[in-house]
Amino acid sequence: MAPFLPCTHKAGRRKTCPYTENPLEITYMNDSHYCPNTPAEIREMLATIGASSVEDLFAPIPAELRAKTFNLPAGMSEFETFARMQSIAAENSNGMVNFIGGGFYDHVIPAAVDHLSGRAEFYTAYTPYQPECSQGTLQALFEYQTAICRLTGLDVSNASLYDGATACAEAAMMALRVTGRTRIVVDGCVSPFSRQVLKTYLFNLNVEVVEIAPLDGLLNRAELAGVLDDSVAAVLVQNPNFFGSVEEFSPLAEQVHAVGALLVASVYPISLGLLKSPGEMGVDIAVGDGQSLGNPLSFGGPSFGFIAARKAYIRNMPGRIIGETVDKQGRRGYVLTLQAREQHIKRHKATSNICSNQGLCALRGLIFLSAVGREGLVEMARLNRDKAEYAKSRLAGIPGVKVLQSSPTFNEFTIFLPKPAAAVVAGLLKEGVAAGVPLGEYYEDSANAMVVTVTEKRTRKEIDQLVKVLEVALCA
Amino acid sequence: MRLIYEQSIPGRRGVKLPASDVPASAPLPENLLRKEPAALAEVSELDLVRHFTNLSRRNFSVDTNFYPLGSCTMKYNAKVLENAASLFAPFHPMTALLPDGEGFCQGTLGMLYDLGQMLADITGMDEVTTQPLAGAHGEMTGILLISAYHRAKGNKKKYVVVPDSSHGTNPASAAIAGYEIITVPSAPYGDMDLELFKKAMTDEVAAVMMTCPNTVGLFNPHIKEIADIAHSHDALMYYDGANLNAIMGKVKPGDVGFDVIHVNLHKTFGTPHGGGGPGSGPVGVKKALIPFLPQPRIVMDDGGQFRLETANPGSIGRTAGFFGNFGVMVKAYAYIIMLGREGLIQASEQAVLNANYIKERLKPYYELPYDTTCMHECVFSASRQLAHGVHAIDIAKYLIDRGYHPPTVYFPLIVKEAIMIEPTETESKATLDAFVEVMIEAAKAAESDPQALHDAPLTMPIGRLDETKAAREQNVCCLG
Repeated sequence: MAPFLPCTHKAGRRKTCPYTENPLEITYMNDSHYCPNTPAEIREMLATIGASSVEDLFAPIPAELRAKTFNLPAGMSEFETFARMQSIAAENSNGMVNFIGGGFYDHVIPAAVDHLSGRAEFYTAYTPYQPECSQGTLQALFEYQTAICRLTGLDVSNASLYDGATACAEAAMMALRVTGRTRIVVDGCVSPFSRQVLKTYLFNLNVEVVEIAPLDGLLNRAELAGVLDDSVAAVLVQNPNFFGSVEEFSPLAEQVHAVGALLVASVYPISLGLLKSPGEMGVDIAVGDGQSLGNPLSFGGPSFGFIAARKAYIRNMPGRIIGETVDKQGRRGYVLTLQAREQHIKRHKATSNICSNQGLCALRGLIFLSAVGREGLVEMARLNRDKAEYAKSRLAGIPGVKVLQSSPTFNEFTIFLPKPAAAVVAGLLKEGVAAGVPLGEYYEDSANAMVVTVTEKRTRKEIDQLVKVLEVALCA
Repeated sequence: MRLIYEQSIPGRRGVKLPASDVPASAPLPENLLRKEPAALAEVSELDLVRHFTNLSRRNFSVDTNFYPLGSCTMKYNAKVLENAASLFAPFHPMTALLPDGEGFCQGTLGMLYDLGQMLADITGMDEVTTQPLAGAHGEMTGILLISAYHRAKGNKKKYVVVPDSSHGTNPASAAIAGYEIITVPSAPYGDMDLELFKKAMTDEVAAVMMTCPNTVGLFNPHIKEIADIAHSHDALMYYDGANLNAIMGKVKPGDVGFDVIHVNLHKTFGTPHGGGGPGSGPVGVKKALIPFLPQPRIVMDDGGQFRLETANPGSIGRTAGFFGNFGVMVKAYAYIIMLGREGLIQASEQAVLNANYIKERLKPYYELPYDTTCMHECVFSASRQLAHGVHAIDIAKYLIDRGYHPPTVYFPLIVKEAIMIEPTETESKATLDAFVEVMIEAAKAAESDPQALHDAPLTMPIGRLDETKAAREQNVCCLG
C-alpha cells in the first residue's frame, strides 16, 4: 500500500487539530471502543475468509485508483472532542435576545420533549420497514399525523417532510400532479426562503412560477384575480405571512377552486391555537415548518416540514404515510402504507424522491403538542399575540416609528423606521439584541422596514429594553 | 397500546406555561378565529412520559438490537455526539442573515465550512455545500447542479443513466429534477453491464448516477473507464454516497472520475437515524460546478472570517430554508474529529472485514449470487429456501423473534428474494457469530419446519399486519 503523503493544505481554522504527518499505519490495538474486534479476533476472521490481511479485502479496488492523500486531523478522545465543540460553540455570541423569526421561532420546549425523544429506542432506529419490531415509531407517527390533521383541519397527513420551505415546493409539485397543469402562482408575502426553494425545485421543469407582489404587507387580491385561469395548478399563500399579517383566505379558496386550481397555505403551527385552520378556510394542502413545535433553533435545523391535505389527494402525497390495520388475531397495529407512491417501489415514477424524512423531529412535535395539549396551545398562541401586541403598541410610541399593518397580526408585525433598518439592526446586535429582520434585502423600497417577532419567551422587561435601545439608536 | 388521544381527559394538562406579564390584547375579529381548539391530547406529564416511554419499548434500535439493515449503515452512534449537538441549540439561524450578523455566528459558520473541507478531502471533491437535508435531497441538488452546468454550456441534455441495481432515490431524484431515465441492466457478475452502458451513452445524457461499491456490495473495477466514456459525451458522473462507509481513506470518488457526490452523514458519519430521519446530505462538487452551488454559500475571507455569499448569479438558489440540518452536521463533525484520519480508515476496514466474515460464514447455507470479495455489505438470496416455500420475508420475521432487526429484504431488485446484510464496523465478532448461528437455524428451519417461519414473529406485541387493509382503508389519522 502506498504510504499517505503528508498534509499539504490548511483547511479552515482547525488550529487545535494538528494534522498527522506520519505515513499511515493502522494498529487495531489503539482504538477498539468503536471498532471492537481485537487483533486476535481479526486474525480468526481473516482465516475464516481466507485472506491474509484486511488490506487483501480491498484488492477489488484497482491499485491506480487508490487514495494518495488523506489529510484529516488525528483523532482524539470524546472528552477532547466535547471540549473542542464547546470552544466552537463559544465562538458564537450567546445570550442574544431574539426578536427575530423569519420561519424559526424561539419558543419554550418542555423538558419531557428532550427526555422522551432522547430514548435511544426512538433515535437509534430507522425507517420502520419491519412493523412488528417498530410499533413504537409507527404508532407515534400515526399519532403525529393525527395531531397535524386536527391542527390544520384537514383529512390526511404524511409522516413529515424536510422543512417548511421544501414542504412548500413538495405541495406545489403535488398540485402539479393532481391537476396536470403547469403554472404555480405564489403570493409575494410568502417567506422569501420558501419562494427561493420553490424556484430551485421547479427551475428545470416546464413550469411557470408567477409571483404576485405584496400590497402593503397583504396579498394583492386584484392582481391575483388577473392571473387566475385554468392553466394554474395552485396558488401558494402563507398565514401569517412574512410581514406578520393575518389573512382570511376563505373567499380566495372559492376563487381558486372556481378555476379548478388548488389552494396551498403555509401556516405557522403555534398560530393555529387561535387562527382559523386551513381546513376551515377551504385550503386543499396545508404545509409548514414544525420547528416551533418542540425543536430547538439549532442554527436552522433539523426541524421538520408538515403537509396535510384533503383525502382525495392522498395518492399524490409525497413521503411516508402510516396507516392503521390489524394482525391475524385482530390486534390493532400500524404500518407504512400506500408505499406504491414511493421511490423504493416506483423509482422514477414516484410522487417524490424523499426517503429519509425528519421522523425524530416530528416525534418531538407530537410530544410537544401532547404536553401543551388542547387548551395549552390556545393559551400559548394567546400569550404570543398579547406580547406582540404589547410590543407593537410600545414601539409605535417611538417618534418616527410606524406600524405597517392596520389589519390584525399574530406574533410578528412590520414597522417602518425613520432611517434604514439594516444599520439600526446591525448596531443593536452589538448590544445583544436581535431587534428584527430588515426587509430591504427581500423587498424593493423596504429599506426602512423590519419585521419584529415576539414569542411567549420574551418578557415585558425584554420588550421594554428593546423599545429603549431602539429609541436610543434612532436618536443617534 | 392505546393512542395518546384515547387517554385524554378534558381539562388535563402536561405542562404549565409562564403567566402573562403584559395586558391582554383586544380579541381578533371572529372571521379570523378557529371555531374549536384543535383536539390535541389532554394528559398529565406522567401520562405523557409513560406513554412515550412504553411506545419506545416497542422498537428495535441500534442501542438494543443488532440492526444489519443493508444500505442504511446502522452503526453505533457515540453518545458524546448528542451532547455536542445540544451545545448549539440556542443559535437562531436568522442571526447570520442579519446585516453584519455573520460576525456573531463565527462558530457555527466556521464549523460548517470546516465540515465541508473535511468532506471534500474524504471524497476528493473541491467544494461542498452542506444545505441538502438528506441523501435524496442531495441527489436532487446534485442533479440540479449538473443541469445548471449543462445549461451554462448550452448543452442539450435529456437523460440520466442509472444501473438497475441503484437505490430507488436515484431515478426518482433525476426525474424530479426534470430528466428522463435510462436504466442499464446489470451483468451476471453484479456490476452494470459495460457493453449495454456504452450503447446507452449518447450526447443527450446529462449524467450517470452510480454508487460504488454498488448495492450488491461490489466495487466496480471498470469505474474509471465508465467515467471516461461518460465524460467523452460531456455527461457528468454522480456518486451516490450511501455506501461511502466502505472506502474512507481507501479510494476517493473524485479521484476516479466522479464530478458530484452526496454524502449521507447519518450513515457513514455516525449520526443517529432518528426512526426515519433527520439525515443530512451534503453535496461535493468538482471545480467546474462551484459557480452553481446553492446559496447562501459559506466562504472564508482573507482575514479568516466566515461570510455568507449570496450574490452568485449562476447559483441554483436555495435548496433548504436555512443552512441544512445543522444539528446533524455538528454530530458528523464531532465524529470525524474524534475518529480522525486513522479512525475513519479503521472504520472502513472493519466494516468490510465484518461483511466478508458474515458472507463466508453464511455462504454454505444461503445462495450467494455474487461469490467474490464484497465491500461493506453482502447480498444473499433466499432462493434455496424458496424451494421449501420460505421467502426472504419469512426469514426476516424469524430473526425478529430471535431479537435481531432483519437485514434489508427484496432490495436490490436485481437479486431474487434478496437479503442484504450490512453489519457495520461497530459490531464485534461475538455479535456476528451469534447472528450467523440464528441465520443458520433459520435456513435449517426452512427445510424442517417451514410453517414455523411463516408464523413468525410470535414474540412481538403484534404479528404480521394486514397491509392490504391499511392501503384500502387509508386510515391515516385517528378520527375518534
